[in-house]
Amino acid sequence: MNLSVRLAAFTALAAALVTACAPRTAGTSSAGTDEKSGTLRVWLFQEVDNRPKQHVVDAVLAGFEKAHEDTEVSVEYIPVETRAQRIKAAFNDPKSAPDVIEYGNTDTAGYVRDGGLLDVTREFDAWGETKDTDPTARRSVTVDGRVYGAPYFVGVRALYYRTDIFRELGLSVPRSQAELISTARRIRAEKPGLYGLAVGGAYTYGALPFIWAHGGDLATGEEGSYASALDRPAARKGIEAYTSLFGDDNCPAATCAGMTGNDTVTAFASGKAAMAIGGDFSHAAVEAGKVRGKYAVVPLPGVEPGSIAPAFAGGNNIGVLKNTAHRTLAVDLMKRLASKRTQRDLFDAMGFLPTFTDVRRQAAATEPFVKPFVRTLAAGTEFVPASPAWARIDSSLVLPTMFQEIVSGRKDVAAASEDAARKMDDAFGSAG
Amino acid sequence: MSRAAVPSGRTSAKGRRAGWTPWFYVAPALLVLGGLLVYPVCQLGLMSVLEYTQAQVSGGEPTRFRGLANYTELFADDQFRQVLLATVGFAAACVVSTLAVGCALAVLLTRVRALPRLALMLAALGAWATPTITGSTVWLFLFDPDFGPVDRLLGLGDFSWTYGRYSAFLLVLLEVVWCSFPFVMVTVYAGIRAVPGEVLEAAALDGASQWRIWRSVLAPMLRPILVVVTVQSVIWDFKVFTQIYVMTGGGGIAGQNLVLNVYAYQKAFASSQYSLGSAIGVVMLLILLAVTLGYLRLLRRQGEEL
Repeated sequence: MNLSVRLAAFTALAAALVTACAPRTAGTSSAGTDEKSGTLRVWLFQEVDNRPKQHVVDAVLAGFEKAHEDTEVSVEYIPVETRAQRIKAAFNDPKSAPDVIEYGNTDTAGYVRDGGLLDVTREFDAWGETKDTDPTARRSVTVDGRVYGAPYFVGVRALYYRTDIFRELGLSVPRSQAELISTARRIRAEKPGLYGLAVGGAYTYGALPFIWAHGGDLATGEEGSYASALDRPAARKGIEAYTSLFGDDNCPAATCAGMTGNDTVTAFASGKAAMAIGGDFSHAAVEAGKVRGKYAVVPLPGVEPGSIAPAFAGGNNIGVLKNTAHRTLAVDLMKRLASKRTQRDLFDAMGFLPTFTDVRRQAAATEPFVKPFVRTLAAGTEFVPASPAWARIDSSLVLPTMFQEIVSGRKDVAAASEDAARKMDDAFGSAG
Repeated sequence: MSRAAVPSGRTSAKGRRAGWTPWFYVAPALLVLGGLLVYPVCQLGLMSVLEYTQAQVSGGEPTRFRGLANYTELFADDQFRQVLLATVGFAAACVVSTLAVGCALAVLLTRVRALPRLALMLAALGAWATPTITGSTVWLFLFDPDFGPVDRLLGLGDFSWTYGRYSAFLLVLLEVVWCSFPFVMVTVYAGIRAVPGEVLEAAALDGASQWRIWRSVLAPMLRPILVVVTVQSVIWDFKVFTQIYVMTGGGGIAGQNLVLNVYAYQKAFASSQYSLGSAIGVVMLLILLAVTLGYLRLLRRQGEEL
């Protein structure tokens, strides 16, 4: 009898443990409600110098609170480095989640699949200003034909070069990719202490324009049925061109294979590189470096002389969380935060490039620095596959691994691109 | 429990009391252990047989039972097998080096005068007290191709330690040994101090060399302590994360320096495949259990009581 009592106790305990430890799935606690007053919570990214941004945002909020009585908005600026964890946590726990968030545009598809973002297609189309939205920016908020947010700003990369070194060596600004590569080598040969063009094995978004310039692509197909195109001949030509820049004649593999985009910009800013591929958002970092006043920016050249290599259209969006209890208010706030006027103010304050073509044109007219970036955008940009698999491909370092395998001599372009394509297809296969 | 089978009613009642009382005493410890150990391990095991990614956590898609599919996926993955092999090799090298350095320095401690002993102790305690991230960053700086003093001292020019697979592993191994030898050294030193002086004296009188004394006198007497530090080191070094993550930039050029823990992190958190990460965790747990139990069993068979 006493055996059976103990046995029963153990069984009960074991059963309790097993049922207690089933992994959690977040419920949809407040979805569907649409309160017209109360407090809205907003998460925006914390920039390096956040004050000007805060200023612009505060003005928007003042207008919003004036227009809607009995509403309050609390804004939290979250650090960019930990945004992934914060936003995941917000999806997991709707009660402590914000109503409106800023998010990186490569995350759109992943967040939609995670069930975190609200479909705002109807409001987006009814919003008059969006007729001027740049098509690539629109693509960056679209998944399966539905719109999940409003583009906030766009970031694009171009070629930074040292005017003093070019003058000293009597070089002209490269007009094609072949010229770019030969110019880089020439500088390295004349000045062995400098990288000709700083490149990084972990700098995915600096490498992609080379692939696109040769007519290659990351993936082909439709949403839901992507297939990697990295192992196609055109993409391989681009990979070949980019990886040919690693070596003692430009950027030694031993140091450059591990570099990220930030590392290459730092190398340029500290005067260790004659050229680098940097974004409009790198401006401040370069200005703060040793090369201030000794550099200029042009669009990254494409394959044909005089052409521009398609750049990656990075940037951020503003979205509404699916679980918001203030649907109407949150959507209105999103529109105000991403409106033409706010984007114009943000450009003046932070230098963020507007996503509306007309606002961007005006911006370029007042600030000559952004001209090469606006030209790059006007020449046509590319975007990563709008698939939730992209986040996984990006975070499991498929492309950096491929570049690093090639530049360290472990695999040739054909083998490395084939392996990378296989990994991408695996990710597309399991994530759609 | 076999006592329950005794037929006499009186003995049974007494037996029951004796049976429950120990449980009553260990209940608090069991509760804490259950909460801190059993629950997470059970979660881990459960997650590893489910399809559980960010989409399931946030309710975008239903959680699905996958059976052993995560494990078959894992073992079909070339990279996983490679990482597993590298981890075992790396951990073994770390354990051997740590024990060798720790024991040698412990013996040295008993041989030197007070002042050098104090200096050595302080240096070791400093290494021990340094947070892993700080230690890794400092070591990385020491071996930096552009600014590091090591390359300059050795006349290596701008040799990049993190570029080659083995040089990167060697660099991390040095850091791991540096931050974990103090534990071995201090523990073994305490053990040596507890060995009666006459024994050592007798050995010395018999003309035994230093090595011979260690081999035939000290090591057998210190066995229980050595067992503990070995098991500890195996567990620590098998689970190295920070050093690899910081020093090789998250796994080295093209993932050449990945170890299981970093790989699991990449799977579970960087790409939100929690179930695959859990499966890696379970595999690690099983390997560590097997190694530890196997080691203890081996010792038991040699007739040692622990």
